[in-house]
Amino acid sequence: MLQINDLHASVDDKSILRGINLEVKAGEVHAIMGPNGSGKSTLASVIAGKEEYEVEKGQIVLNGEDLEDLAAEERAHKGIFLSFQYPVEIPGVSVTNFIKTAINETRKAKGLEDMPAKDMLKLIREKSELLEIDRKFLSRSLNEGFSGGEKKRNEIFQMAMLEPKLAILDETDSGLDIDALRIVANGVNKLKSKDNAVVVITHYQRLLDYIVPDFVHVLLDGRIVKSGGKELAHELEEKGYDWIKEEVNA
Amino acid sequence: MSKYTEDDLREELKTKEYEYGFYTDIESETFPIGLNEDIVRAISKKKEEPEWMTAWRLEAFRVWESMEEPDWANVNYTKPDFQAIAYYSAPKSIDPNKTLDDVDPDLLAMYKKLGISVDEQKKMNNIAMDIVVDSVSVATTFKKTLAEKGIIFMPISEAIQEHPELVKKYIGTVVPTKDNFYAALNSAVFSDGSFCYIPKGVKCPMELSTYFRINQAGTGQFERTLVIADEGSYVSYLEGCTAPSRDENQLHAAVVELIALDDAEIKYSTVQNWFPGNAEGKGGVYNFVTKRGLCEKNAKISWTQVETGSAVTWKYPSCVLKGDNSVGEFYSIAVTNNYQQADTGTKMIHLGKNTKSTIISKGISAGKSQNSYRGLVQVSSRAENARNFSQCDSLLMGNECGAHTFPYIEANNKSAMIEHEATTSKIGEDQIFYCNQRGIDTEKAIALIVNGFSKDVLNKLPMEFAVEAQKLLEISLEGSVG
Ligand SMILES: Nc1ncnc2c1ncn2[C@@H]1O[C@H](COP(=O)(O)OP(=O)(O)OP(=O)(O)O)[C@@H](O)[C@H]1O
Ligand SMILES: [Mg+2]
Repeated sequence: MLQINDLHASVDDKSILRGINLEVKAGEVHAIMGPNGSGKSTLASVIAGKEEYEVEKGQIVLNGEDLEDLAAEERAHKGIFLSFQYPVEIPGVSVTNFIKTAINETRKAKGLEDMPAKDMLKLIREKSELLEIDRKFLSRSLNEGFSGGEKKRNEIFQMAMLEPKLAILDETDSGLDIDALRIVANGVNKLKSKDNAVVVITHYQRLLDYIVPDFVHVLLDGRIVKSGGKELAHELEEKGYDWIKEEVNA
Repeated sequence: MSKYTEDDLREELKTKEYEYGFYTDIESETFPIGLNEDIVRAISKKKEEPEWMTAWRLEAFRVWESMEEPDWANVNYTKPDFQAIAYYSAPKSIDPNKTLDDVDPDLLAMYKKLGISVDEQKKMNNIAMDIVVDSVSVATTFKKTLAEKGIIFMPISEAIQEHPELVKKYIGTVVPTKDNFYAALNSAVFSDGSFCYIPKGVKCPMELSTYFRINQAGTGQFERTLVIADEGSYVSYLEGCTAPSRDENQLHAAVVELIALDDAEIKYSTVQNWFPGNAEGKGGVYNFVTKRGLCEKNAKISWTQVETGSAVTWKYPSCVLKGDNSVGEFYSIAVTNNYQQADTGTKMIHLGKNTKSTIISKGISAGKSQNSYRGLVQVSSRAENARNFSQCDSLLMGNECGAHTFPYIEANNKSAMIEHEATTSKIGEDQIFYCNQRGIDTEKAIALIVNGFSKDVLNKLPMEFAVEAQKLLEISLEGSVG
């Protein structure tokens, strides 16, 4: 599904990603962990096509297609979804209107008609139930005045609506209370299939108890310095990152 | 004010009319350029107006001659040469007995292209239309339904003939001829416009709608609209404008007068999309409009406007809250792009007791444009318990445009409660990326953000109009992101 080869990226001449290699196959769950500022969100943004970041070297390949020349929205149309660490507010645009626009723009890109209102409503009902979102919530302005947890839940609601091929969840767990974490994780699990893949970026093992990863990667200073199975996350939880830094420096 | 009497007029006619042999010369549908008393008379004659109307125009012309074009607004432009404009033009081959079905198919096709399907609107939206093309009405519909309720909705030129008592009683009472430079000019040379009268206690069953456009190069456009809502009546009036591309600046100076008698309500909505000039700032319409409404006791007037067009806009729909407990509202979205300049806002004049006004202004600036809000809230000494709430929000796109807010408050009564809030925000790259990531391209993302920003005002528009306005916002901001 996703193949990243020797990816180098920078912003304002500051190099952030310094040779990332990663392969994610359909049906897999990958976790990316790493200290603050190591480049996790940057990697997510670069995959999603944020123009601010300059790719200096390497490729990102999605289902055999090099993404280099694709704009962010085109990547989204190909099935890339990013649940933002810090979702932005769009005053005056309701959650419903926003997701409706997103879905119909994606359909338009594929040469399809707008989704009939009836189907849209049904889909919204279904997915909001899945994530236990109050319908009233959907008429509020996107992320405006949302609590931290509400923002994250809303991100996953959008993911559920858009049914992406590759979902990257950037610290979706932070800000969620214990019940919400379970609900959101369950939602993600229900959406998982053998045809899609999930990359979760997190600092905590807790999320990985629910969304169980096939692989865990450690990102340090813009490189993946260690990869392993789900037990690696436990080890990190216990020991922190120092031992890995030592390994790398050795 | 010294009245210009009929004797004066007769005297004028004696000396001037034959001197130039002007009247007989007028064969073409467009008058020669320039403005003098003869032209004013010729316009009046062309429209077969009664003498009082001619006299009224001539008086306005004299006032205008003694006035100077104002320059206090925050706009820069080459002042129009008022002697280089033709003051009257009519589309060719007009038959006043025509119905909508008889309208020139080319013209209808043009409306369609602009997204204004008259037929569709007529059928689906229950809208009576009084279409003004280059100042002369070519089609009027739904007249019968309206007539049954005693509602008068017709070109003002016809109203002058058919209901002179109403026109004479109210014209110039809200916007006097000497009110300002452009109002005086309009009073002298107005070519046509709409007239509407809602009788006592009648709720107008449909949205009254007028579409204006300017389609003849070099022709100034001077509409005159007069809406009178008699006691306890209600009317919602829609005005929409579109204009094709044009290479030279065109002057537009309309006057709209609204009169809401006791317990009456008038909603006046405008979607305005005149050619704003090309990306380099060339061409475009100059729009200098005087719009004002008078509220008697317990009356209410709401102005809602979506302004996306014109090279230069100068426009302040206002309410004179004369009657006790009267209410004035102003909801506005003004979009400027490229080199457009807009100086718009409102005046709320509180004269009566317990009068209330609300101002919601949303300014959107892109490109190298300048967008100014100018608002005056005035509370007279006898206006006990007057209240005003004003909110002015500006949205900026890019670093080269400007947004300015000039709120003026004159409170002469201690019981007045006046609140003013203002915000300025910028469309952020993060917002755009967020939308992009969800599959929404940048153009659409901006439209979405702008629509969200404007929502409080869009919500005030009648449904069909709101949809049209949304489209307009999108179109006018196209290509505004690099
Ligand atoms: N637009 C930018 N301009 C300047 N520096 C940036 C920019 N984006 C990211 N950086 C820097 O790049 C580094 C990596 O940031 P990034 O957000 O990817 O870290 P992260 O691994 O997601 O951290 P956290 O765990 O705190 O979320 C940081 O030092 C950050 O300050
Ligand atoms: Mg991060």
